[in-house]
Amino acid sequence: MSAAPIKFYQVGSFAIGNRLLSPEDRSIQSDPERTNALTSGHRACQGCGEALGARYALDAAMRATDDKIIAVNATGCLEVFSTPYPESSWRIAWLHSLFGNAPAVATGVAAALKAQGKSDIRVIGQGGDGATVDIGFGALSGMFERNDDVLYICYDNEAYMNTGVQRSGATPPAARTATTQAVGENPGNVFGQGKNLPRIAMAHEIPYVATATVADLRDLEAKVIKAMSFRGARYIHVLVPCPLGWGSESCDTIKIARLATQSGLFPVFEAESGEVTSSTPIRHRVKVEEYLKLQIRYSHLFSPNRRDDVIDLLQATADKNISRYNLIPDESGSI
Amino acid sequence: MEKPFAITLSVNSSLANHTGSWRVEKPEYVHRMPPCNNACPAGENIQNWLYIAEDGSYEAAWRALILENPFPAIMGRVCYHPCQSVCNRAELDEAVGINSVERFLGDHAIEKGWSIPPPTVESGFKVLVIGAGPAGLSAAYHLRSMGHSVTVRDATHAPGGMMRYGIPKYRLPREVLDAEINRIKDMGVQFEMNTRVDDVHEALNEGFSAVFLAIGAQLSKRAYIPASEAARILDAIKVLHDVEEGNQPLLGRKVVVYGGGNTAMDVARTAKRLGAEEAIIVYRRTRDKAPANDEEITEALEEGILVKWLSTVKHVDEKSMQIEKMALDADGYPQPTGEFETLEADSLILALGQEVDFSLLGNSADIDTKDGVMPVDSTMMTTHPGIFAGGDMIPAERTVTTGVGHGKKAARNIDAWLRKTVYEKIDNNDLVTYEQLNTWYYTDAPHIVRERLEATRRAKDFSEVVKGLDESNALYEARRCMSCGNCFECDNCFGVCPDNAIIKLGPGKGFEINLDYCKGCGICVSECPSSSIMMVPDK
Repeated sequence: MSAAPIKFYQVGSFAIGNRLLSPEDRSIQSDPERTNALTSGHRACQGCGEALGARYALDAAMRATDDKIIAVNATGCLEVFSTPYPESSWRIAWLHSLFGNAPAVATGVAAALKAQGKSDIRVIGQGGDGATVDIGFGALSGMFERNDDVLYICYDNEAYMNTGVQRSGATPPAARTATTQAVGENPGNVFGQGKNLPRIAMAHEIPYVATATVADLRDLEAKVIKAMSFRGARYIHVLVPCPLGWGSESCDTIKIARLATQSGLFPVFEAESGEVTSSTPIRHRVKVEEYLKLQIRYSHLFSPNRRDDVIDLLQATADKNISRYNLIPDESGSI
Repeated sequence: MEKPFAITLSVNSSLANHTGSWRVEKPEYVHRMPPCNNACPAGENIQNWLYIAEDGSYEAAWRALILENPFPAIMGRVCYHPCQSVCNRAELDEAVGINSVERFLGDHAIEKGWSIPPPTVESGFKVLVIGAGPAGLSAAYHLRSMGHSVTVRDATHAPGGMMRYGIPKYRLPREVLDAEINRIKDMGVQFEMNTRVDDVHEALNEGFSAVFLAIGAQLSKRAYIPASEAARILDAIKVLHDVEEGNQPLLGRKVVVYGGGNTAMDVARTAKRLGAEEAIIVYRRTRDKAPANDEEITEALEEGILVKWLSTVKHVDEKSMQIEKMALDADGYPQPTGEFETLEADSLILALGQEVDFSLLGNSADIDTKDGVMPVDSTMMTTHPGIFAGGDMIPAERTVTTGVGHGKKAARNIDAWLRKTVYEKIDNNDLVTYEQLNTWYYTDAPHIVRERLEATRRAKDFSEVVKGLDESNALYEARRCMSCGNCFECDNCFGVCPDNAIIKLGPGKGFEINLDYCKGCGICVSECPSSSIMMVPDK
């Protein structure tokens, strides 16, 4: 072999691993000895994005901390599908209390560890978008404001899926849910409402805020590992498509998450102390329509009458993200 | 019970819950047909040898390659690489430079002196191969590998057929040709050169159990062209043959070549190298209709060969000839226009195609021929039991690679015929299309263009025109392969399963589905870059 390093062109770094990469260049998930924080036998639906996101994130956190993590879980799909008594899918120390108090309990666990001088054991709070954006929001804001040493991870599937797909503060405009039916002049969820929690977290000026999706494993792993290098309150917001609630094919979970990023609807970025420090550029830009049409929750935008007015509004949201987070460096703005 | 870190209560694991029972479809790892393999006239398993070469295991890759084709260094120079024309990567950026990697492996093998071991078991059967061209040599190689005793007879004094007497040195250096043929000699194949076979039946009586006929098509087609007595008209095959034998034909300063095939290009470029100031090709149709490979036309033009498209030769005199211009009619056929032009030229070389010389069949009238070629059945057997045929003499495309493919196919069928069995071809029509790939995972990587000698310099001598790749860019090129339809262990399926239901078996062993937990969601199938997993109905 020649001495010059041979670049790896076949799949670049986009795939999970590759036989040609050195072990240190592979993702944690490609390791046959990976910890599988969330193991098999859980009752998540076929193609569940949240089950995938939780395993990706927690396996990375375990790698970063030598397996010394305690997770505090809010009520929600993740809690329900992983722990029907007397079984558990968790292979980490794991605690569940109420729907709304996960950040506060995580704060308490962190305080207890501090009191015992166990600084090597790290605390993770986690929940779905309902627990994070709505029900536990006050507790989370408090946790941020006190800068408690907790990494809080929100697995965002954009509605209350476990209880029957009701709208949450993270449900996007125009999406149909059980409580925002596709009826009337403005079908689906209304425009101009809801919360952007990554930006709210940034407003607390906590050390680290990031967004990620299940479509980019390496990015998610890198962000979790980076988050564990900070002390204080940290927040990662992971987009996890939900085949049940979004009305998508179970095999399309990752594809849909990828289209969310490539359309600009879900910007992937990181921020430190309230300032955006980097964003993941769009590689193959697509129109929002490509993303929308795979999901039954948006089907009323295409039939019986095509609603170009609504699609245009969603495209405008994506375009705004693209310029706000510089998702297409040096772009002219047109597709 | 010893509990994991910080766990105080004994809980049962969800591993007791076999979610596989939810499934109606299950994923299955498959091997599908990549377009390159499907297009290869020699039936090479291209995806496979590229895969092996990707980690630098060049000897293993070369050994996988020569299972199908003993001439990688020759192929890497003279094959028109139909594999690259259909490569799925072309739709992403550019086709993988398969041919250049093949040449690299072939040259590397020659440099390292890798040899092919003789067979370990002798079958006891004797097979005669008539014709030492690509088809005959390929058949001899495969038959010898299968343990048969093989004798190759050819009328010329050195083996290679058209690879030696048709393809000029600047495309195929003779050291390369000799090296790859010598490897076959070293396996124990007997060569009887300068031995013209006049009667196939006589040969059968010598104790050969089967014969493979591969005499090629060496008779130049003639066209009636009125000419004065002093006109100098030569035939392209003879010119190329003479040059190879060291007999410089007298061509003069200005040479006209009549024809639009690869032979026409080769002979025009050769004339230039022999010192002709001008070499002009006259062809009755247009460039896109010319049978010559486009790369060869380009290289010829680069070297200053002039081409008169849509022209025919009407009359030849000693120092000039008359050319008639043609025009395409509504159906695309050239029609005379009555417009004439006089071209100064010292000689005319005819390159109008070749025919099979059936005179060698002698009294074997019982072997059928039709339309100037010899039809064979699906096992390559002629109408005479035990006599098989291949290469340019049977109805097929006339390229080196096609001949090599015929040799392999004939060898397999001869072997089966000798052993009184039937060769079962494995049918794999499950061709992978570009749309079936998940190309998100492939990085953009344009292909490497092989260096060529400068056109002005190269037309002066017979040194090789197209250069090879070195190791670093050969490896780059091999790694551009998208591995269509065959797992290349990117770990995607293993990583993306929400149920941890994929078992990674380790390097080279691939993956397995844990059906106890697979819910049949199909994410592994969607996210497989190379379309190597498919959903199939469960039970």
